[in-house]
Amino acid sequence: MSDNHGHHESHHGHDSHDEHHHEQSFVAKYIFSQDHKTISRQFLITAVIMAFLAMLMSFIFRLQLAWPGEKFAIINFLLGDKWGKGGTIDPSVYMALVTIHGTVMVFMVLTGGLSGTFSNLLIPYQIGARDMASGFLNMLSYWFFFLSSVIMMWGFFVETGPASGGWTVYPPLSALPQAMDGSKLGMTLWLVSMSLFIVSALLGGLNYIVTVIQLRTKGMSMTRLPLTIWAFFVTAILGVLSFPVLFSAALLLIFDRSFGTSFYLSDIYIGGQALEQTGGSPILYEHLFWFLGHPEVYIIILPALGLTSEIISVNSRKPIFGYRAMIGSIIAIGFLSFIVWGHHMFMTGMNPFLGSVFVFTTLLIAIPSAVKAFNYITTLWRGNIRYTPAMLFAIGLVSTFISGGLTGIILADSALDINIHDTQFVTAHFHIVMGVSAILGMCAGVYHWFPKLFLRHMNKNLGYIHFWGTFIAAYGVFFPMHFLGLAGVPRRYYSNSAFPMFDNLIDINIFITSFAALAAAVQVIFLFNFFYSMFRGPKSEQNPWNSNTLEWTTPMANTHGNWPGALPVVHRWPYDYSKPGKEHDYVPQTVPLAEGEIDGGGH
Amino acid sequence: MIKVLVYVAIILGVLAIGYLVRVFELASSLKGAKPEVITEKDNRLQARLMLLFLFAFFAYTIWNLVEFAPRMLPVSASEHGVEIDWLFNFNMIIIFIVLAITHVALFWFAYKYYGRKGIKVTYLAHDNKLEMIWTIIPAIVLAVIIIFGLRSWNKITEDANPNSMVVELYAKQYDWTARYSGTDNKLGNANYRLITPTNDLGMDSTSAEGVDDIVVKNEMHIPVGKEVEFKFRSRDVIHSAYFPHFRAQMNCVPGMTTYFHFTPTITTEQMRKDPYVIQQVKDINEIRSAKAKKEGRTEKPYEFNYILLCNKICGKSHYNMQMTVIVDSEADYKKWLATKPAFFAKPVDAPKEVAIIK
Repeated sequence: MSDNHGHHESHHGHDSHDEHHHEQSFVAKYIFSQDHKTISRQFLITAVIMAFLAMLMSFIFRLQLAWPGEKFAIINFLLGDKWGKGGTIDPSVYMALVTIHGTVMVFMVLTGGLSGTFSNLLIPYQIGARDMASGFLNMLSYWFFFLSSVIMMWGFFVETGPASGGWTVYPPLSALPQAMDGSKLGMTLWLVSMSLFIVSALLGGLNYIVTVIQLRTKGMSMTRLPLTIWAFFVTAILGVLSFPVLFSAALLLIFDRSFGTSFYLSDIYIGGQALEQTGGSPILYEHLFWFLGHPEVYIIILPALGLTSEIISVNSRKPIFGYRAMIGSIIAIGFLSFIVWGHHMFMTGMNPFLGSVFVFTTLLIAIPSAVKAFNYITTLWRGNIRYTPAMLFAIGLVSTFISGGLTGIILADSALDINIHDTQFVTAHFHIVMGVSAILGMCAGVYHWFPKLFLRHMNKNLGYIHFWGTFIAAYGVFFPMHFLGLAGVPRRYYSNSAFPMFDNLIDINIFITSFAALAAAVQVIFLFNFFYSMFRGPKSEQNPWNSNTLEWTTPMANTHGNWPGALPVVHRWPYDYSKPGKEHDYVPQTVPLAEGEIDGGGH
Repeated sequence: MIKVLVYVAIILGVLAIGYLVRVFELASSLKGAKPEVITEKDNRLQARLMLLFLFAFFAYTIWNLVEFAPRMLPVSASEHGVEIDWLFNFNMIIIFIVLAITHVALFWFAYKYYGRKGIKVTYLAHDNKLEMIWTIIPAIVLAVIIIFGLRSWNKITEDANPNSMVVELYAKQYDWTARYSGTDNKLGNANYRLITPTNDLGMDSTSAEGVDDIVVKNEMHIPVGKEVEFKFRSRDVIHSAYFPHFRAQMNCVPGMTTYFHFTPTITTEQMRKDPYVIQQVKDINEIRSAKAKKEGRTEKPYEFNYILLCNKICGKSHYNMQMTVIVDSEADYKKWLATKPAFFAKPVDAPKEVAIIK
């Protein structure tokens, strides 16, 4: 299949997109662009840069954990004489790095970067739309995101350093400048950055929802949508419902910090003074924060699962197993994610009965998650698997989603949470299930849709090295970390050697840091491959993976309005791979049903 | 200068890789191959790596267990902790079974069905029976997990025995203070506005119940076999009182009191004689003395102790906010307590005027 649409640049035909033929200025085309493809690339490149900065931060604090107090020239090189004096890291700066690493990864990379890149790229492409419902709001969404990323990093350039109360920034620690340096100007910057980020997420999310509901092309019913779109759609709804709650949490925190209110503060004596604030409760903040915070982890993982569904099906040359069950699980996970936030708070002293309710709802999520995992595995069964780098990453995601999800069963069990709450066991659990899984999903997406993003292919051998390095390093880093937690090591400790109890664990920390170094090294390979292939990679054919979805019916050019002629018309679901009685092992969605042919997987 | 050299080295390195990749691509295109196309050879190699990974993954899991499990916390020193450990192991067995089944299937299929000529694909879009099975089985297993979990949770969090001994743990940046309720087993009132340099807890000297209260720092003692009800307060930010050896934890939240109660079952002396603990202490001391020797100093050998840690990020010295906990026999405990005078036995500063900041 290579019906070349290369000579299509002349006319759009009868639709209303003629104005796009005007030669656009550089600024309109690449900077303040309203085209979903350009915005998607902007999100991706920003996220890749932010991910590298966050990884660098993690590497610095991993060095400190493995060799506490040792001197490293690289720490002095990166942090300077004030924070990395003589090559050892300052304890407050350690906290700052942990905090900003978490914030950047969770929000900038895996929310903004993942949804921003792939919802923007794929929603119009896969539903057969010319662009997002509002290109202007979409552009604003990116620039708010950009601004928020810059302000978040700005914290490293102020005297007292960035926010350092952990990515959850619980008050009163984050509310009281007296409590730590990081709660001074750095915390203000964090709140400003986060508020801008929420604006960005809402503009993006509303746009995604409206676009999916309104702009589907003819024949593209909800039950013919690729699972990617279902995942982005539900993700956007989660974001729109939960981010405003984080905004109110942040707003009240701003009031407490700057205007003397006591929403979160009560009966505090600090820095030799009794504060007059009384009657507030820090637990209120925790409720508001986790009302976003828990849906947030699904905002991160659902798009990754959506991308994986598509990639596994295409590369197994088989329909995704249980399409409707997959949609059902996405919706079930989305719904349940709103009623489980209390499992982050079992140890806050909340009523044990309320705790029991959250145990129940949380463990329910395991059912739709299990369905998804089993369906992925069954999709591989009796397939004809083509190992693109994207496919490897997708299989890797299934593995980490299972292995990380299973330890969630332990943490959701309030009785067990007593002993492992806030220990390294938690760090290990959430890094595998949402950190590593989402990163693997994002990488899968980048390799798979690179031809649509930059019209070229990434180097596959570097991709293979990238996958195996990342996958092995991920288990190398996070598997032993569970054991640290079971030995009683808390999270966010600057050093495990301040007292002797954990001294026999030091080689586990060295083991972990060595694999972190491997992970960092292979990400450099990715970084190189990414930018190199953008300009020098081999040019892609129109439909390099022999996919059914609509994005591959657009020409290999940055056509404004996506389809040069009329919009495609959809006749079938997107997963007709290796359908019996067909000439090829794929049947694009635009191919009409044959007489007597059943749509949606029957045959 | 060094910074410039480092940057130059990085740029040169990137350029070098760039040319290397270019050379490989040119070489493969000379052979007439398209470098981006996935060949059957690629599929076979990756499939074999998948199979290899399956074995490596299980070998690695077992190695982790063998190597790291002996460094985990020793047997629980509290009554409820034994039940938590049992529940943990029970859940862990289920988890390992599921992990094994899914990973064998995942990586075996990934190996077996790699793309090659002549392979027959089964067009299978859904199967209601299969899907019902793997919805219902997880649901049943989870129901079991929930029932066992909540049974333990309810038992652990039920109200403390009225005869239990009341102890307050007071958290502030960056240390712990314990307040014993004395002979009346009741804590006196306290108010953050009464805090002075000599009255760290803001205890109210007019409160009759507080007259016999005893305040200790650095090291607290509790008697074995007697239920202790801890009341937690914090002065400044959220802290978390974490007793890993007793499988106990509760946040300390400014503005409110939180509670947790448990019964210690093993004295510190007994625990020090546990072979598992002896081995751990021996390992720790070997590591410590080797390090000390390298640095040319001598190290006092470490002796096992129960510990109370701060487990909620609370600032710069969070990592070292701890207190030693000693479980004594009833007689030793009484002896120890008798050496501690009541807090108000010594005069304390009256609070000046309440400091209020705007």
